[in-house]
Amino acid sequence: MNPWLLVGVIVATTAAGDLLQSREMKRHGEIHDFRISRWGRIAAGLASRRFMILAVFFMAISFFAFLTLLSKTGLSFAVPATAASYVVETALARWLLKERVSFHRWAGACLVAAGVALLAL
Amino acid sequence: MGAGAGNRAKTLIVSLVVVLANVCGNFLMGWGLKHGPPLTASPLSYLRVMFDPFVAAGVLLLIFWLLSRITLLSRADLSFVLPVTASGYVLSVMTGWLFLGEYVSPSRWTGTVLILLGTLLVGGTPPRSDR
Repeated sequence: MNPWLLVGVIVATTAAGDLLQSREMKRHGEIHDFRISRWGRIAAGLASRRFMILAVFFMAISFFAFLTLLSKTGLSFAVPATAASYVVETALARWLLKERVSFHRWAGACLVAAGVALLAL
Repeated sequence: MGAGAGNRAKTLIVSLVVVLANVCGNFLMGWGLKHGPPLTASPLSYLRVMFDPFVAAGVLLLIFWLLSRITLLSRADLSFVLPVTASGYVLSVMTGWLFLGEYVSPSRWTGTVLILLGTLLVGGTPPRSDR
């Protein structure tokens, strides 16, 4: 399979997984307690949420596509090439999650996009 | 230190944990895939690879990464989390170069520097825009 096709699959499924996760965590509220013993309870609570299950499904697809890409290319290509999802997701966070994305955040996302373009050369 | 500054410091520490768990997990998986049996289209091949000690350790670290990232997403915007955790890509390139002996071209080095600058720029903004 063409490595760039795999990159496309990874970007799309990562974006879907992240947006759904972020939406659920905004609804869940801030986690203050960092004790490992509490994580099981939090994870169990989140596992019953529909969008979180869907997020994990998309992340699983992304993971196996990433594993395939990693086996076909080097780590220094596979990992940075999939950074394109960061730019797409910033725009989607503004549009779908209604986040207020400041100039600094846009500039940061653009720098990441430029970095990704250079990595692909 | 005020409550806001303390909260911000906690969020940045969680960000660091997310980045390190991701970089170490990817590195271990990369090492396992490079030195283990070759991956084919067969599902059995994927299962065999999952039982490689390095890949298994990488998967465990990526589960920890997932939990810490969920924690981070409960404290910060997605548009903050994404560029800040992008610093992991820079560390991944460096670990690929340093420990796996991968060639990194000058343009890729320039790209990683730009990603790092983007991370620093967003890292200076408040984690939550609704406060």
